[in-house]
Amino acid sequence: MKVVLENLTKIFPSRDKKSGKEVVAVNDFTFEIPDGQLVGLLGPSGCGKSTTLYMISGLQKPSSGKIYFGDDDVTELSTENRGIGLVFQNYALYPHMTVQQNILFPLQNLGGKDKLSKQEMLDRAYEAARLVQIDELMDRKPSELSGGQQQRVAIARALVKMPRVLLLDEPLSNLDARLRLQTREEIRRIQKETGITTIFVTHDQEEAMSISDVIVVMKLGVVQQIGKPQDVYDDPKNLFVATFLGTPPINVLEGKVEGGKVYIGDEAVMNVNGVEDQNVYIGIRPEGIEPAADGVLTCKLNNVEVMGRDASVVSSHENSVNPVVRAIISSDIKVDTTAEAVKFNIKPHKFFLFNKDTEERVYFEVK
Amino acid sequence: MVDSKQQWKAWLYLSPAIILLLVFTVWPIFNTLRMAFLNGYGNMAAMGGATFDLGIQNFLKVIEYDKFIDCLKTTAILCVATVPISTTLALLIAVALNSIKPLQKTLQTIFFLPYVTNSIAIGMVFATMFNIVGYNPVERAADTWGIINNVIQFFGGEAISWINQGSTYTANIAVMIVYIVWNALPFKILILLGGLQSINKQYYDAAKVDGTPKARVLTRITIPLLSPMLAYVIITGFIGGFKEYSSIVGIFGEKMGPPDDAGRLNTMVGFVYDALEKDRQGLASAGALILFVIILIVTLFNNKVIKKHVHY
Ligand SMILES: Nc1ncnc2c1ncn2[C@@H]1O[C@H](COP(=O)(O)OP(=O)(O)OP(=O)(O)O)[C@@H](O)[C@H]1O
Ligand SMILES: [Mg+2]
Repeated sequence: MKVVLENLTKIFPSRDKKSGKEVVAVNDFTFEIPDGQLVGLLGPSGCGKSTTLYMISGLQKPSSGKIYFGDDDVTELSTENRGIGLVFQNYALYPHMTVQQNILFPLQNLGGKDKLSKQEMLDRAYEAARLVQIDELMDRKPSELSGGQQQRVAIARALVKMPRVLLLDEPLSNLDARLRLQTREEIRRIQKETGITTIFVTHDQEEAMSISDVIVVMKLGVVQQIGKPQDVYDDPKNLFVATFLGTPPINVLEGKVEGGKVYIGDEAVMNVNGVEDQNVYIGIRPEGIEPAADGVLTCKLNNVEVMGRDASVVSSHENSVNPVVRAIISSDIKVDTTAEAVKFNIKPHKFFLFNKDTEERVYFEVK
Repeated sequence: MVDSKQQWKAWLYLSPAIILLLVFTVWPIFNTLRMAFLNGYGNMAAMGGATFDLGIQNFLKVIEYDKFIDCLKTTAILCVATVPISTTLALLIAVALNSIKPLQKTLQTIFFLPYVTNSIAIGMVFATMFNIVGYNPVERAADTWGIINNVIQFFGGEAISWINQGSTYTANIAVMIVYIVWNALPFKILILLGGLQSINKQYYDAAKVDGTPKARVLTRITIPLLSPMLAYVIITGFIGGFKEYSSIVGIFGEKMGPPDDAGRLNTMVGFVYDALEKDRQGLASAGALILFVIILIVTLFNNKVIKKHVHY
């Protein structure tokens, strides 16, 4: 089932009448989610991810815009008729029911021609439980489960009625690092197995990048960029997207373009013929700079952190927006840690220019 | 720990409460026990210098007394009939109130008003509605049917003698049930509404996503999540029901029954008051203790049943 959002907007009226400031939680969101894909909605806290999800679920009414499931306009359709599965940010498992009762509950609500026999319901419930590997815990109450187990119960409850669209609101936020890694792979596997169009919300860019077919980066209710994770990473449209994606974060330095050359401080670091003179932010991915004797950018060396396969050269530069300039290199490359300064060469395709005022990307030809 | 020098201060601050409790709670309890186990105890007689033997004669008298069984029966009927009705109604009204957005505060106030109204006053209004003897000469009673009988007659029914001369026990009890239920509603609605408002809204969102019909939301989600409040309301309802007295005075007056059968609707507490009036404090104490034991047993039983159904 493809899901289409058309100029979707949500405005919350202001609470106190004096200031009269309304909140535009989601602003003019247009997007077509292809059938059977896993989409990651990504953005900082309060950017409107949950609101978008709730509008797709029908729990919140859009202020304007339309939502289609396939070719059906579902904008006015109530939640229960949309055939969605939703996993809430804090699960919302019914505390008085056992795991089994929780998973059975959506099936027991089916009536008319969809009505199932007791045995069919149990079979489906166990099937869903096995999918998320909680079939051992069926007789427990939610309060007797760990966060990760509750999570999986919530996913099983959402999946059991075979929804047309599966919506997950920060499904991994309560898990420890290991379980998070494991569960996100599981979500990926479940999604692949079931082929259900899935939209999941997260503020963890790594999570979104690792399992999504498509990511949507949002900021303050406005969609910044949509695309395959690697494409967005390699080709960010603006400074926000560039800084939001990637760990460790992208290095950002202040500089200027003058006469077709990019300057950081006094050093010309790149030829960008044809770009107008302007003040810019320069973004360089940590894997995009490497120490070299004939390097173009000179930084003050702080230290070198070796982390197994990789090493991280931590240095500083007076024009850097971040506290440090970081380079990720293979740990085979030896760096003279006693030196005062370090010179870097820059890979052009890991090097982005952004206009200093608009923070929009300034494109240039890589020669 | 409080410094020992400071301890007298602590006692000083506690003393008003302790003194009041001793005088009005602990001593009466002790005194009740004492009087109950002194055969044939009466205050007047005691002041006149009489002495009483220790024994259980008072209890035997209470049980042997034929009216006592009637009191017990009336009390039990009122309890068993009113608690489920008032709890169910309160639940439905609370759920309805909770789902209404406009005028919610106003409606809440209206539903709570009976709680702050004197129950004898309410009783008199009900008595008038069901028509009470004594306000009019008996021979003209037919002209003064209360509003209930007027309604019945309007729909072609025959007027019923609810509380007047010649009324049946069933009719009397029916009036009492209506009155007690009405009187009990506000407090229950208040408690249940408070409970409803503290249920996390997300469970209802989840239920909506799961496509749950309204009736099932009530039975499978609201009621279980409200069960602690329901338990409280039911248990206190039974305790209050066993102490029913003023409601009957409100409708039937001190005679505790229709004019031609005084004492027909007497209750346990009524029995205790009667004994007190006749200067038979020993008998009254024994009756009070028996009532206490009954309430204790019923509450323990309630607790046991309810525990199975109350979540967390
Ligand atoms: N019911 C509401 N009334 C008014 N404002 C709201 C309401 N719900 C959300 N908002 C506002 O809308 C904006 C978006 O909220 P939303 O819950 O969608 O954020 P989010 O991206 O999910 O954040 P998080 O990652 O913290 O969950 C926020 O500024 C929030 O304060
Ligand atoms: Mg959220």
